[in-house]
Amino acid sequence: MSGDPIYTEMIIEYSRNPSNFGKIEDPQIHRHDSNPLCGDSIDLYVNTDGTKITEVKFDGKGCAICMACTSVLTEMIQNKNLDEVKNFQKDELLAELGLEHLIKTSPVRIKCALLSLKALKYGIYSYFVEKMNDTEAAGNLKEEAASLY
Amino acid sequence: MQSTTSSLDTQCRSDFPVLERRVRDDKALVYLDNAATTQKPIQVIDAITDYYKNHNSNIHRAVHALAEESTEAFEATRDKVTKFLNVTNSKEIIFVKGTTEAINLVAYAWGRDNVQKGDIVVTTEYEHHSNIVPWQILTQETGAELKYIDIDENGELMLEQLDEHLATGKVKLVAVSHVSNVLGTITDVKEVITKCKNAGAKILIDGAQAVPHMKVDISDLDCDFYAFSAHKMLGPTGVGVLWARKELLEKMRPFQGGGDMIREVHKFETTYNDLPYKFEAGTPNVADVICFSAAIDYLTKIGMNNVRNHEIELTEYALEKMSKVKGLVIYGPKDTEKQGGVISFNFKDVHPHDVATIVDKNGVAIRSGHHCAQVLMEKLEVAATNRASFYIYTTKQEIDALINSLEEVAKVFKL
Ligand SMILES: Cc1ncc(COP(=O)(O)O)c(C=O)c1O
Repeated sequence: MSGDPIYTEMIIEYSRNPSNFGKIEDPQIHRHDSNPLCGDSIDLYVNTDGTKITEVKFDGKGCAICMACTSVLTEMIQNKNLDEVKNFQKDELLAELGLEHLIKTSPVRIKCALLSLKALKYGIYSYFVEKMNDTEAAGNLKEEAASLY
Repeated sequence: MQSTTSSLDTQCRSDFPVLERRVRDDKALVYLDNAATTQKPIQVIDAITDYYKNHNSNIHRAVHALAEESTEAFEATRDKVTKFLNVTNSKEIIFVKGTTEAINLVAYAWGRDNVQKGDIVVTTEYEHHSNIVPWQILTQETGAELKYIDIDENGELMLEQLDEHLATGKVKLVAVSHVSNVLGTITDVKEVITKCKNAGAKILIDGAQAVPHMKVDISDLDCDFYAFSAHKMLGPTGVGVLWARKELLEKMRPFQGGGDMIREVHKFETTYNDLPYKFEAGTPNVADVICFSAAIDYLTKIGMNNVRNHEIELTEYALEKMSKVKGLVIYGPKDTEKQGGVISFNFKDVHPHDVATIVDKNGVAIRSGHHCAQVLMEKLEVAATNRASFYIYTTKQEIDALINSLEEVAKVFKL
């Protein structure tokens, strides 16, 4: 199935001009994560008013897949309710970029695609547990993040 | 693309079954990751089957027929390596697991008794982790200092820095690779060895990327330690060689204790076996050492000068074509006089893994990553590079396939 396109116009464009690229000073949620094998390394910054995501940014370095997926993720969760974001599934993100096939075809590159979602899930988990003292609301986000890829 | 095929690849290609593989939607495999490991000719594959089918036995102890045959074949490989490297005494050839183990053996068994607080160990910016980390461990443990020889903008060692280090009079060992696995740079080892000798420092050479690709004559080099791996020269994984001067080996304490390395064991003391067995504790990798013989035979038949000439031709061809690909930056000497069959490169603003993925889709296997040389990556100010590396069976058509894929990368990323 290696005929499935990876480097579509959309991915190249996003990798060149990532959306929401930058840093938020003192964000409510900050999570750094990296893929040691390929060297993708990002920082995700999120602000929330307790129910909704109010602001998202990211910075770092990575391959085109990582940059594009992180860009799209930040666009998709902007202004979303935290509950929705908690339930956000990897398929939704991959489908947005036409990368569903990576799950089957490239166990290596899927890590690039899902790094930001992993960072987001961990970040929200820490927010609920550490900032809100609400382990119930955190649910199984941590396990989910750990088993994304 | 019209290109002539040099005779060496046509002569030997059919001996390598895996090169007939098709990958990724039925594309012909173009294997350009030879610095990581080379493919194996049928002669080597047959040798290992033959060994397990007809001779398999432990060596050096039993007197039965199979044990004698295996022991003889094992020692015959040692003799073959001795000749191949123009070493005078086969007792100086120690079989180990690979280059990594050879260097660790020296760091442990020689280093601990000969390097002390205040001493200096010198390595270089273009070493593989296996020629850096053992020296970090040793110097940290002993309180000695680790110093580097930096590289210049052509990826060559700045040997005047070696002079400065040696001038302190504190250098006990200089550990340097013969050929860089990332940049392909060929070290002027003769010059390095002369400098070390004059200063009374010992010299270890990591020959992992040299012995497979050019004639290496240990007697002529006159260094102290030399290490390399069989799997990078058509041989099996799990076999490597440490060559060291007899006088040094005799004085060194063992690396590991166990069977085979002993003469007599009593409750509280042991006398050690003679060289080379003192450094070969436990059952060695008998089968792979024996079939390594077939790899040496294969290379001997071709002739190492022909191997080197073939790689020079390919590297020249590739450098010329790659220099025309838009946005591509090549690291290293870019001069085949000073460079083995290894080319490291990056596209401006394209992550090496994106490059490798696009290239791989076309069946072309190159390596992207830090190549176990993170110190060098730091120096080049990159997280990773792409690397294409050639061997005896590599054809110009394969290089054309690489170039086509690289042009595709440039197009996809609109460079
Ligand atoms: C220059 C150099 N030194 C050492 C090594 C380590 O060899 P091995 O992994 O066979 O021990 C390599 C292999 O990549 C190498 O290229």
